[in-house]
Amino acid sequence: MLKEILKILESDARTTPAKIATMTGKPAAEVNKAIKKAEKDGTILKYKTIVNWEKAGNEQVSALIEVRVAPQRDVGFDSLAERIYRFPEARSVYLLSGTYDLLVLVTAKTMQEAANFVTQKLALIEGVQGTTTHFLLKKYKEDGEILAGGEETKRQPVIL
Amino acid sequence: MPKKSRGVTSQRVSQITPSGIRRFFDLVASMEGVISLGVGEPDFATPWHIREAAIYSLEKGYTMYTSNLGMPELRRELSRHLKYKYGLDYDPATELLITIGVSEGLDLANRAILDPGDEVIMADPGYVSYSSCVVLAGGSPVMVPTYEKNNFELNADDIEKRITDKTKAILIGYPANPTGAVMSRDKLEKIAEVARRHKLTVISDEIYSSLVYGVEHTCAASLPRMKESTILLGGFSKAYAMTGWRIGYAAASKEIIGAMFKIHQYTIMCAPTMGQVAAIEALKSGDNSVNEMVADYNRRRLFMVKGLKKIGLPCFEPRGAFYAFPSIKSTGLSSEEFAEKLIREEKVAVVPGSAFGECGEGYIRCCYATSLADIEEALARMGRFVKRCKG
Repeated sequence: MLKEILKILESDARTTPAKIATMTGKPAAEVNKAIKKAEKDGTILKYKTIVNWEKAGNEQVSALIEVRVAPQRDVGFDSLAERIYRFPEARSVYLLSGTYDLLVLVTAKTMQEAANFVTQKLALIEGVQGTTTHFLLKKYKEDGEILAGGEETKRQPVIL
Repeated sequence: MPKKSRGVTSQRVSQITPSGIRRFFDLVASMEGVISLGVGEPDFATPWHIREAAIYSLEKGYTMYTSNLGMPELRRELSRHLKYKYGLDYDPATELLITIGVSEGLDLANRAILDPGDEVIMADPGYVSYSSCVVLAGGSPVMVPTYEKNNFELNADDIEKRITDKTKAILIGYPANPTGAVMSRDKLEKIAEVARRHKLTVISDEIYSSLVYGVEHTCAASLPRMKESTILLGGFSKAYAMTGWRIGYAAASKEIIGAMFKIHQYTIMCAPTMGQVAAIEALKSGDNSVNEMVADYNRRRLFMVKGLKKIGLPCFEPRGAFYAFPSIKSTGLSSEEFAEKLIREEKVAVVPGSAFGECGEGYIRCCYATSLADIEEALARMGRFVKRCKG
């Protein structure tokens, strides 16, 4: 049942527990309890809003930074990753298979600010062997949502 | 002697009546801000991977006629699909025919098996095309009333009582439009037993077979010794959200498919090529999309049914398709009055149950393949309306 609740919340975090109860056919108290528990144990991390910042007139730059690192004895990649993800500029940090190790998504107000983060913070961390920075030119889709707006279905109003 | 004057149009066509709620459709089309629960199709657009496959085929120039029976690859995939889903073996070369939706399949099936005056037994209320297709094929529909208290299921005894020496077939369509009813396996087995005993053909419209909630759909042809005498009609419209592509199929014995094929060949040539390409993609990798849509319909179904009950319209538990069929008897209005007043006063469109037969009187059909926000708003408006009616 929890997965069903999470799916509904993931597509619309503002769905009330009462409505979820109706949609799943479960008692409201049970749904409430499950949500509370998921919030407490970290299954639900946070409720957020997906914003089209460009439309809001708030310009920001994003960059994806490939980071090659030397893993350390005992702690592997984790402690290096932590050194990086503790910076608030790093919005997302992933460990990847392939030609580089960590992928860091950085957002900043200006390109200079993002560049400064890479050259003055990230690249200087001990164990970081090299970085490649890709600035985002355009966002088409964010977290499953198409930024240009989805498509409208054009149905006939009444069909037998 | 002057020739006796004859009408321009045929007597056969004059036997079928145009939909009695045409006026109502026009009214809906002329108004703004209407929330429609009157549709009969998914609100999802066709899953992208299916559209993408069709676009690619157009770019590659797949724009010609296909084999009259339908593309061999589609028939092979379909044969595999029916084997996987129901354990049925249909020969793609002789026992499957790709049609223009179930609509064409229904027409072909009736024309292929009926002689003038032959009778076809079917449920009331039922999908509007059933009886008209029978009449157009020269047959005569025989209605069996079904009731909410029996879950709108056809009953074998009621069918048997209506069998005459003219009876040729039993036409069933579950999960059902307009009621959302499903047919339980044991009820269906009893009907199959009657069909076998009286050597009747069963025409089974299974267009909604994938849209069931917490129950399993039983395919009529999958019952013991029923494959040979069943015309299984299915399609892609509802499960894969592909209504506009117009692709369906018929699966039956070589003899019946051969007869249906003759009509199809002369009247249709073949189903649309791009639609067939899309259907191949749907069969090959559409399962995930279907499962997701079904899960979504189920949430809205529960929401709709509970909401209807809450505003004072008792509603039978629909286990299939995407319709709820609440009773509006408590309002004192006929179903047509209810629908018309509701659209005029609250701008919510529903279909009066009487459009689907006499036994649909006292009910309305509400489609829940509509966004949750719209369902919520429609229920609020209907709630106000019902309250006023009950005064």
